[in-house]
Amino acid sequence: MSALTYTVTDSATMLRRNLRRLLHYPSMTLLLVGMPIVFLLLFVYVFGGQLSAGLGRELAGGHAGRAGYLNYITPGILLMTVAAAVQGTAIVVAMDMTGGIIDRFRTMAIARASVLTGHVLASVIQAVASIAIVLGVAIALGFRPTADPADWVAAIGVLLLFTLALIWLATALGLAAKSVETASNTPMILTLLPFLSSGFVPTATMPAGLRQFATYQPFTPVIETVRALLTGTPIGANAIAAIAWSVGIALASYLWARHLYNHRHAR
Amino acid sequence: MNYACGVAIVASGVSKSFGETMVLDSVDLAVAEGTTFGLLGPNGAGKTTMVRILSTLIAADSGQVRVAGCDLATDPNGVRSAIGVTGQFSAVDDLLTGEQNLRLMADLNHLGRTAGRGRVAQLLAAFELSEAAGKAVSTYSGGMRRRLDLAMTLVGSPRVIFLDEPTAGLDPRGRHTMWDAIRELNADGVTIFLTTQYLEEADQLADRIAVLDRGRIVAEGAPADLKRRIPGGHIRLQFAAPDALHAAGRALDTAVRDEDNLFLQVPNDGSVAALRRLLDRLDDAGIETAQLSIHTPDLDDVFFAVTGHPAADNAAVQ
Repeated sequence: MSALTYTVTDSATMLRRNLRRLLHYPSMTLLLVGMPIVFLLLFVYVFGGQLSAGLGRELAGGHAGRAGYLNYITPGILLMTVAAAVQGTAIVVAMDMTGGIIDRFRTMAIARASVLTGHVLASVIQAVASIAIVLGVAIALGFRPTADPADWVAAIGVLLLFTLALIWLATALGLAAKSVETASNTPMILTLLPFLSSGFVPTATMPAGLRQFATYQPFTPVIETVRALLTGTPIGANAIAAIAWSVGIALASYLWARHLYNHRHAR
Repeated sequence: MNYACGVAIVASGVSKSFGETMVLDSVDLAVAEGTTFGLLGPNGAGKTTMVRILSTLIAADSGQVRVAGCDLATDPNGVRSAIGVTGQFSAVDDLLTGEQNLRLMADLNHLGRTAGRGRVAQLLAAFELSEAAGKAVSTYSGGMRRRLDLAMTLVGSPRVIFLDEPTAGLDPRGRHTMWDAIRELNADGVTIFLTTQYLEEADQLADRIAVLDRGRIVAEGAPADLKRRIPGGHIRLQFAAPDALHAAGRALDTAVRDEDNLFLQVPNDGSVAALRRLLDRLDDAGIETAQLSIHTPDLDDVFFAVTGHPAADNAAVQ
């Protein structure tokens, strides 16, 4: 077998390993997918009545009141779902790196990259499943996207690209962490960022300083793009910014992760 | 030293420092194919660092190493395809079952579906893990984890195996099970490189022993050679009063006396006959002995004999 075949078969083996682990240990996945659902319910039913009052119909996908607010925040909730899911990535990567098993893998004649590609691929599958679940809940609550099939494909593409970027970032954070506890804490900042974006209220309503941060941080253009594609709000230059951020974060995180993986020894 | 036919591991001038601390200082060693080699030393002597270098995990600062005929620096993957490593820290996946762990190793060794399944079933049976095969490893006992760990190392049928303190933390029964497994491997022609803190373990398993002290090999040879260099065991006699101590000292002229703690150290090989002779002499002299303990040679004695300082000094290096 050639080196490339080994890379593919070893990565597939590692992917199977990680999927089995997810099935054996579903509590973490349920916890991580539960969080955005709780926030969705909280924001729609507790705050939604009041918050929707200040929201124009054009931002709410043409709906009014609570239903309009649900349409407005679902893209932000989907991004929060991704941010929560990658916390799991950082944890499992750190579990591998701080435990003895990484030494076993490193002393075997396997494709070195397969350890990380296995984690990344499993995380993509986990994140996509989480997004599907949360989207399903949102639709059940009354989220009514107006997207045509091409918009759906584009929205899924933008979400996937950003998901991949955050997964590589979480992988690097997991590799950099000295302990599993650190690895489970550092990516928590990612779950905060959707609040400091256009996810729950338009950034124009925020005070100066915070407004600039919220407008220019990466979650906002991604949320705006997904919202525009799904509910028909104006897209502006957000799509380009979203793709640029995603590619930039993915590339930088990938290089960082690769450096950490090749140069850091577990003990 | 050049690689010679029949030599499974040959290392020359291997040095390694972590920052200011010299952990290995120009270590030379050679392990013949099909033999068991024991690297004996206390905590912090550099044993684990040596294993990590030989098993391609970390690079030495200087020196040449060939394992199974492959150069460590230029062909690490060649080395990796010939070796198996069981480290001090359990290298099993807690979230998988025992069988899934072994299947993972079979897949990573590219054994193929049928051959892989066969090998897994064979190893589960050989290591008495068939019953627990379907249970998550997190529920396994310490001994079971160790056995699974070793079984995982063996899935790819490595020709050279590194075992870093394979019995640390095991109860006596677990230790003997592990010893039997190691002996069986050796009988199959596998070359074994093991580290241990216990002279008895090295004596039981190894064809050759090297004693590592603060990163240097201070003695090397067959277990019998090494033991010849160690003063034999002794018996410690504890007395209740100085009078008895003095009387016993006169009766046993080879004894070393400790006046402050009221005990005598008498050279003795610990055999029943030698013990009986000693007790008879004490009885004949009418001496009351409060307590008696038998001391067999251990790592401390080896250290004292070959280095002139006790083994505990090495802990400072770590």
